[in-house]
Amino acid sequence: MTKEGELPRIGVLALQGDYAAHAAALREAGAQPSLVKTPDDLRRDGQSLDGMVLPGGESTTMLKFLESHGLFEALGAFCRTRPTFGTCAGAILLAREVRHPAQRSLGLLDAVVERNAYGRQIDSAILHAETTLDGGPLEMVFIRAPRIVEVGPNVETLALREGSPALVRQGALLAATFHPELSSDRRVHRLFVDLVKSGRT
Amino acid sequence: MPEQDENRSFAGESLRKKIGLAEMLKGGVIMDVMTVEQARIAHEAGAASVMALERVPAMIRAEGGVARMANPRLIKQIMQAVTIPVMAKARIGHFAEAQILQELGVDFIDESEVLTPADEAHHIDKHSFDAPFVCGARNLGEALRRIAEGAAMIRTKGEAGTGDVVHAVQHMRQITKEMKALTVLSEQELYAAAKELQAPYELVRMVAQAGKLPVPNFSAGGIATPADAALMMQLGAEAIFVGSGIFMKERATPLDVENDAAERDEAQRRAKAIVIATTHYNDPKVLAEVSEQVTGTMKGLAAAAIDEKELLQTRGW
Repeated sequence: MTKEGELPRIGVLALQGDYAAHAAALREAGAQPSLVKTPDDLRRDGQSLDGMVLPGGESTTMLKFLESHGLFEALGAFCRTRPTFGTCAGAILLAREVRHPAQRSLGLLDAVVERNAYGRQIDSAILHAETTLDGGPLEMVFIRAPRIVEVGPNVETLALREGSPALVRQGALLAATFHPELSSDRRVHRLFVDLVKSGRT
Repeated sequence: MPEQDENRSFAGESLRKKIGLAEMLKGGVIMDVMTVEQARIAHEAGAASVMALERVPAMIRAEGGVARMANPRLIKQIMQAVTIPVMAKARIGHFAEAQILQELGVDFIDESEVLTPADEAHHIDKHSFDAPFVCGARNLGEALRRIAEGAAMIRTKGEAGTGDVVHAVQHMRQITKEMKALTVLSEQELYAAAKELQAPYELVRMVAQAGKLPVPNFSAGGIATPADAALMMQLGAEAIFVGSGIFMKERATPLDVENDAAERDEAQRRAKAIVIATTHYNDPKVLAEVSEQVTGTMKGLAAAAIDEKELLQTRGW
């Protein structure tokens, strides 16, 4: 087995959005990214990928693609059984319920997410907050960000924005309402890569 | 003023937030819309953003006259109709139009050669705004001058309103070629390169080191079909602007999406096909399928047949 073959292979949903930034962040965090545009891309070289990242971007655009060619069902089945990390639009896709306005979602994360909850681009912000991750405060880049307004009992909050969960974990699911891929701090991606490594059989 | 210096730095929060939104638009399509109904069709088709304007470039070209910022009422109606980011155009150098657009809460301002320039010497100081700006460029020097002024996104100019992709191709190839050439130069040679490009040395050095622009590089100007979108993405564009290609029928006549079901269907098909082609730009099988779905295409105007002084792309410098 080649050295690269030993790295966890993590899919990045590449329908629209900042998937290239996630792919670069995953590489820095010790994983091998693989772009996913179709159900066939969930397997590579005859083997299933080890985890999945749902990037930032426009969730309505991504939904258009998910709702054709069986991608919604295939992705949902994949993410139910393997570690998955959603940021911003990706977190919206993972949520149990989406508001403002309501839209379809994979429903894997026991949380209610409100879209564009802080306003338009002019209200985008870069904040720093305490986190349960080791290493001090975490930079959080919020771009037309959603807000997690409700979480279920099995959801652990790792960082807050003004009292609302901004980084959450539910078993092997990780979700952020901000964009760790746009910061140079790789702690969040490393946490996810560790989840993928421990989830591998 | 340290605060202003911080605003102008790529490490500063102001520019990082602006570029952050451009990052979110990558791999997507930004569609020109003139009505609320068109905005809804674009949103429904999967556009990542819409550009609100009163006349698309093909109409401006055909009708002539002074082209200005759209009426704020129209922009506000479109912002209320869709949840995706809304862009709007200001005239080159017209910082008062840009102030109005920022006040409206427009997500991205396009300082655009498609409108009639308001200043023949100065572009807008885009660093002094909180809203991000996109600007057109035909070559690397022009792109870097706009970035120096604070643009958070560059798009090829192409030749807007023609439905002829030839100049978008030319501009993308030119920028790519000039960037590639910088990567093989020595530190010493970069000073002369900056002088030739008429661009700040620091930005020239960043491009030489990274091999790409320090902001996202999108494509615009004459993209009319799914194949055009795929072509530009394969040439290195990170997202696609479609102006007149979706909602125009003849040169100055838009499809009647409000009253004519067949024309509405045609606009929907075109919009959807270009969105799919932009995502699956490397998959000819998908491109063939979606191209087949398109029932009509704007008639267009060969860019080579346009008199030099009628070209929009030579506005700005």
